[in-house]
Amino acid sequence: MTLWESIRMALRSLGSNKMRAGLTMLGIIIGTGAVIALLSVGEGAQRAITTQIQSIGSNLIFVFPGQISNTQSRVTRYTPLTRQDAQALDDPARLPHVAAVAPEINRTATVSLGSETVNVTLIGTTPEYQFVRNAVPAYGDFITPQDETAAARVVVLGWEAAERLAGDAEVALGQTVRVSNIQFQVIGVLEKKGGQGFGGGSRDLIAIVPLSTAHQRLYGGRFLSAQGRTVDLINVSAVDEQSIDSAIEEITWTLRQRHRIEFDEDDFTVASQQDILGVLNQITNILTIFLGAIASISLLVGGIGIMNIMLVSVTERTREIGIRKAVGARRRDILGQFLVESTVLSILGGLVGIAFGWGVSRIVNSLGTFTAFVSAKAVALAFGSSLAVGLFFGIYPASRAANLNPIEALRYE
Amino acid sequence: MLIELEDICKEYRMGDVRVRALCNVTLGIESGELTAIMGPSGSGKSTLMNILGCLDQPTSGRYLLAGRDVSRVSDDQLAYIRNRQIGFVFQNYNLLRRTNALDNVELPLIYAGARGRRQKALEALKAVGLAERAHHKPNELSGGEQQRVAIARALVNEPDIILADEPTGNLDSKTGLEIIAIFQRLNLERGITIVYVTHAPEIAEYTRRIIRLHDGALVADEKVTHQRFAPGVLRQGEEALR
Repeated sequence: MTLWESIRMALRSLGSNKMRAGLTMLGIIIGTGAVIALLSVGEGAQRAITTQIQSIGSNLIFVFPGQISNTQSRVTRYTPLTRQDAQALDDPARLPHVAAVAPEINRTATVSLGSETVNVTLIGTTPEYQFVRNAVPAYGDFITPQDETAAARVVVLGWEAAERLAGDAEVALGQTVRVSNIQFQVIGVLEKKGGQGFGGGSRDLIAIVPLSTAHQRLYGGRFLSAQGRTVDLINVSAVDEQSIDSAIEEITWTLRQRHRIEFDEDDFTVASQQDILGVLNQITNILTIFLGAIASISLLVGGIGIMNIMLVSVTERTREIGIRKAVGARRRDILGQFLVESTVLSILGGLVGIAFGWGVSRIVNSLGTFTAFVSAKAVALAFGSSLAVGLFFGIYPASRAANLNPIEALRYE
Repeated sequence: MLIELEDICKEYRMGDVRVRALCNVTLGIESGELTAIMGPSGSGKSTLMNILGCLDQPTSGRYLLAGRDVSRVSDDQLAYIRNRQIGFVFQNYNLLRRTNALDNVELPLIYAGARGRRQKALEALKAVGLAERAHHKPNELSGGEQQRVAIARALVNEPDIILADEPTGNLDSKTGLEIIAIFQRLNLERGITIVYVTHAPEIAEYTRRIIRLHDGALVADEKVTHQRFAPGVLRQGEEALR
């Protein structure tokens, strides 16, 4: 008997009791549907993070103050990074693999225009930020070296900040806005980036001012330290993808020299975009696995439902099994028949469940707050597990059927 | 000798009591014989048929089928024998309720892995005169028709032996005789060895040999002197006797 014939036979047998087959499948449908839906949310989150991190610039390296110890996962040593540290990194002769350096400080601030007020992430940085972090103005210009030297009161607004303040992004250009109650002129509006930032705020709800302006005019002495004016983060871009590792090494050596530290006692952290992506992916992976595990519990329950119904079916069809054995069905023929039946049941449920989960992820997407992505991996996993569930929970009922004594089975009423 | 039984015993355990269903049965049946087994209820007829049909195995003794000892073979080998060498017909027909006559007849061919199954199944149905009822389900057929489907199923793998356990037990005498006529024709035309169990002495007279059981023991083995022939087989039968 070919597999195709067995499947046809199983479908016919399941078709003779559609209500029961449907209810049994429901368990598997919900199980695989939940697996697909939850995995798609996890996958969607991962993709969103990846595209966002990649969109903030290419060949990017971040330098943070403080050393994050892997074993204790807390900051163990802390020396602030300064503008001078950043300037030292911008030295093509000593650091040939570094293309551009942009130190930044970031704080939340209030920007207002007339009666409109928005809360933004205020970034103080140098003109190189434009290249390092892909900050392309849609209207006007980015801050210039002259603005930086003069500590000019100029600001480049993110798309959403501009739109909220002026009603229209282009209209905001040239207006005078108040940043923390100091008047600034809007010299540029950045292209819309979309999506969520790391901290949860919109990546378009920002305002960028020259670093010197932020240090001197906005925050006064707050960023002063013994070493000079401090920064929160130094953005560095490597010359190309291949030179990222060399650039990290150069940065590390330069800063160690400047901070006069011995090997392996760094008071700063150098991380590439990939490093950060890796850490975030690890987190979303754990989340995805956790969600998947919860979903598989319902798949397990669905499997027990299949086993239950198959046991009932074997008892009901004892006579049929007897007849089949009397005309020459071997043990493995009967075993195969019932295994195929339970597997067909679970695979059908699995397919409907996959469609159902896909539908759920579409609905999640249409709500807009969250992206869900049904990956081929998730579909394969859901299909594979429904197949495995059918086989696993079919074995016991099927072997019971196969082991029936033909005479007793024929006598069964 | 097609069938040789030597000292066959069969015991069942019912709770603590051991019931002896068959006791030292020794019996030989030649290829091409048409034999009836008779005996009162509980005399062990069905047990003997089950052992002959390889549905059951004896507790002790030897069963040689076409020279091969089948009393100690594996379940799969027994299934193979039931599929290829033996056709079994039951009193209550034992057809699959949900499938039509043709599918029922096809069943042994599926397990044999045969080719051209539809055609073979249809031919077997034709042989029992039911070709035009091929697509009817068992509950749409009369008792006699159902039994003919069962015979077609027993016949379809071209077995050496057809064993029938009270094949006419659920039928009226006219329909029963039609069934017996089919057995006689198969025996005469195809040389198939046929053994059937019956309660009715007049049905037993359509064979050439009657084996009588009592309390699990073989008590008589008689040759029928004046074999009767069913209406349709009369001329053929008398020619064969001559």
